[in-house]
Amino acid sequence: MKKILALALAMAMGLSLAACGGGDKGGSPAAGPGSGSDGSSSAAPGGDGSGSDSSIKVGAIYITSQNDVAGYTYQHHNGITTAMEALGLDPADLIVVDNVPDTDDTAVANAIDTVVNQGADIVFGISFGYINAMADKAEDYPDVIFSHGTGYMANDTNFNNYFGRIYQARYLAGIAAGMESKRSKNNSIGYVAAYNLDYAETCSGINAFALGAQSVNPDAVVYVNVINTWGNETLERQAAMALFDVYQCCVISQHCDSAQPQQVAQEYGMKGCGYNSDMTEQAPNAHLTAAIWHWNVYYQTAIQAAMDCNGDASKFVENMGGNAYYAGLKEGFVDTSPLNENWDGYSDTKAIMDAVRELIVSGEWDVFSGVKLSYEITDGKVEIIKTDAPLMDDQGNEIVPAGGPSVDDSVIKGSMNYNVAGVIEG
Amino acid sequence: MNDPLNVMTLFLFNIVLMNIPLLYGTVGEIVVEKAGSLDLGVEGTMAVGAIFGYLAGCMADSLIVGLLAAFLAAGLCGGLFALLTVSFQANQNVTGLTITTFGLGLYFFVGKGIGEDWPALASAPALAGGFAPVEIPLLSRIPVAGKALFSQNPLVYLGIVTAALVWWYLNCTKAGLRLRAVGEDPAAADSVGVDIVRYKYVHLIAGSGIMGLGGFYMALNMSGSFEGSNCWINGFGWIAIALVIFANWDPLLAILGAMVFGFFNTLQIYAGALAGAFPEPLGWLSSVPPQLYKALPFLITAIVLVASSVRKREGSGQPAALGLNYFREER
Repeated sequence: MKKILALALAMAMGLSLAACGGGDKGGSPAAGPGSGSDGSSSAAPGGDGSGSDSSIKVGAIYITSQNDVAGYTYQHHNGITTAMEALGLDPADLIVVDNVPDTDDTAVANAIDTVVNQGADIVFGISFGYINAMADKAEDYPDVIFSHGTGYMANDTNFNNYFGRIYQARYLAGIAAGMESKRSKNNSIGYVAAYNLDYAETCSGINAFALGAQSVNPDAVVYVNVINTWGNETLERQAAMALFDVYQCCVISQHCDSAQPQQVAQEYGMKGCGYNSDMTEQAPNAHLTAAIWHWNVYYQTAIQAAMDCNGDASKFVENMGGNAYYAGLKEGFVDTSPLNENWDGYSDTKAIMDAVRELIVSGEWDVFSGVKLSYEITDGKVEIIKTDAPLMDDQGNEIVPAGGPSVDDSVIKGSMNYNVAGVIEG
Repeated sequence: MNDPLNVMTLFLFNIVLMNIPLLYGTVGEIVVEKAGSLDLGVEGTMAVGAIFGYLAGCMADSLIVGLLAAFLAAGLCGGLFALLTVSFQANQNVTGLTITTFGLGLYFFVGKGIGEDWPALASAPALAGGFAPVEIPLLSRIPVAGKALFSQNPLVYLGIVTAALVWWYLNCTKAGLRLRAVGEDPAAADSVGVDIVRYKYVHLIAGSGIMGLGGFYMALNMSGSFEGSNCWINGFGWIAIALVIFANWDPLLAILGAMVFGFFNTLQIYAGALAGAFPEPLGWLSSVPPQLYKALPFLITAIVLVASSVRKREGSGQPAALGLNYFREER
């Protein structure tokens, strides 16, 4: 009897496994069993797939799940669906592979095969680690467009990369942190970072935040605590606690997945600047503002460009005006979440942030240039004072001479690998 | 600002505060393994205990209710494991992995299902208060160690007490002796009248329940913020399985083991601060590649494994029948 029951159970398990793997119509020889055991493919819900009037199918490779309610994948999925809706595309034309580990090139390659075999015309890969697989597959499938987020590789026809000037939003958030530090007469500012010098993405964010804070409070020091992973709530909390406990920081910012640093700030009665999404809900008293992304801005541009190719994928890069998309505040790709109105420093900070935002959008000035900003407020009106001063790194080397232009290239191509003066890795 | 004594105190305090869940997970797994079952589902069991314990604790606004719910919910995972492996003789490794997948899935399913209505810890003041540090008179005034050991939250003390009680149960009671017999040689135990099935069920459920308390601890320690991208447990369940080997199946050694693993876990965060506070003896810490901190505990486990295999069975606490299903008719 027991053996029969065990057999029945084993069969039930086997069947459920088969059901999980059944989403793929068997069109992809390489995506058989073992193709990233946890990467199951599915079409996005909505529509029955029959009315495919739209001319394009969109493929997406996600690091976690399209059903997330917060975090990195959630932001991208939201961006893609919003963009498709704006373009009048059928939601059923989005083909997603969830939970593709970015450390496994084979799994990524299989995921790409899966979406291409289901007819995707453009494939978005959202994680940095997909870079090699995407570059390879862009050669294998010249008729399909590949677009890689946060990467640096590309070709001149069907493969580009995209990222944004999030450092501009970080500078604005840094202004809020600097105001809080000036108000509370405490020069210590904390920063929980996934990584620091390993990625231009992370160290440019830290640098921009520090420069923003220093534009308000020249004596501000940013203590960085590195956790060496993009997301781990235990480490994020520990790092934030250490910044408050050991360095007595008055305000804390973050480049990591969860809102734990903001929650710690709330518990300590201090302030914080979030990242990725408005974290006011998690830390209503502590949260000042967050540097946020509007990914739909890119996705809409890219899908439109892909539609304009009319089937000739090799025109994509030309349509995008280059193989690296790198928009910022001006295009509305990055932004800051609304400043906390209940914070005592609200009105002055808001005025300064608005003025600087306008300056950056105008294109006259950018963060990593040889011109420093300071502000004078009279009757609620902000005057921005520009001073020529060299951009120095923390070793005392001159990065940009006084009055020089912003080091655009090193952020875009990912070669920034230094901290500016006033950043201390704790 | 960087008062060296203060930094050292904070460092030790954090080692204990952040890594007690490892102790719960390890002690729970020791109970399970002593019954001869290798449950690889610690991670999932802790996740189930965490989410149901937290939700029940918030609803009732009570630490006790939360503890009970965490114990029961995780215990049910243990019951499921027992049903599959003891009654239906399923492979223990596969079943354990299934429990992990199931538990994590349930965690995200429930959390995402609740969505906007997720209760904040602040909405349950008595629960939050129950997790606040309790300073033990006199002892907590000892410099450095006082704060680290004697001004922690009640669940830290409960974890230590649980480990001690389990040690006493295993080594000093008749039931504990029978349990160890079940793990060593179920056929022999069966022949002298020990009810194998009952012993396995009871201890698989109880051990899993203890793991669930560790999950509940992590939920409270994260202020109960559910974010949907990462699980609170974050691999602690897997480390607990390695810790069982490290501790040689001894609950008291598990306390030491949890602190050793926790030491490296927290050192990663505090390396810079310690290097700054003690530039002379510890300045080199800031130049250690951080990956090493993640690898070292497992390196130590590997060394312990080699050492214990050199010693052969002598002194090893590993139950002889670990991982083997017992089927009476095949005796």
